[in-house]
Amino acid sequence: MALPKRRHSSTRRDKRRGQWKLEAPSVSRCNHYRSAKRPHYVCPQCGYYNNEEIVAVHE
Amino acid sequence: MRHRRDHKQLSRSTSHRKALLRNLVTALFTHERIETTVAKAKETRRLAERLITFAKRNDLHSRRLVARVVHGETIVKKLFDEIAPMYATRPGGYTRILKTRRRLGDNGEMGVLELVKSPEQRAEDRRRKEEAAAAKAPAPEKKGNLLEQLAGKK
Repeated sequence: MALPKRRHSSTRRDKRRGQWKLEAPSVSRCNHYRSAKRPHYVCPQCGYYNNEEIVAVHE
Repeated sequence: MRHRRDHKQLSRSTSHRKALLRNLVTALFTHERIETTVAKAKETRRLAERLITFAKRNDLHSRRLVARVVHGETIVKKLFDEIAPMYATRPGGYTRILKTRRRLGDNGEMGVLELVKSPEQRAEDRRRKEEAAAAKAPAPEKKGNLLEQLAGKK
């Protein structure tokens, strides 16, 4: 069975992990309410999608 | 390879999944709009579209096929008499899925599955809703009075 021949130094380990990055979530704007929302989702602020669909207005 | 993978399993046994889809599709025809996870909505959509197409045939055989899936005679009747005629000229695509939110707890993707309606049908729904609200109107007033009574006692 394949086994590691040598221990990796902490530098090698940390260099590898240095490549781990967070990605910013994509954000779009609600046509109706002008607020930020997830793309392809109903706007959580106004309950509109595609300018007309009223899905859940709660206020 | 995804060969011959026809549908999602939804982490359920065959009987469990079948029961779930029957429940969901019955709920959809009852309420005309339901909120579930997007994965369940997509699977329910397949079944719902097939059933509506059956209902458009409007014969005894199609009615029996539908009754094998949909729970309750009243809902079968509603599907044939109210829902199917709305789609007489629509060649499929009777339902719509909209993504709404991420569920608290497991971050599940939630969506709304609804029957597609023409502007006239929506106006009709709104009119019925307002009539129902008008018939119910005295009830909220009572609540206000009760609160006033309580305030008066104090």
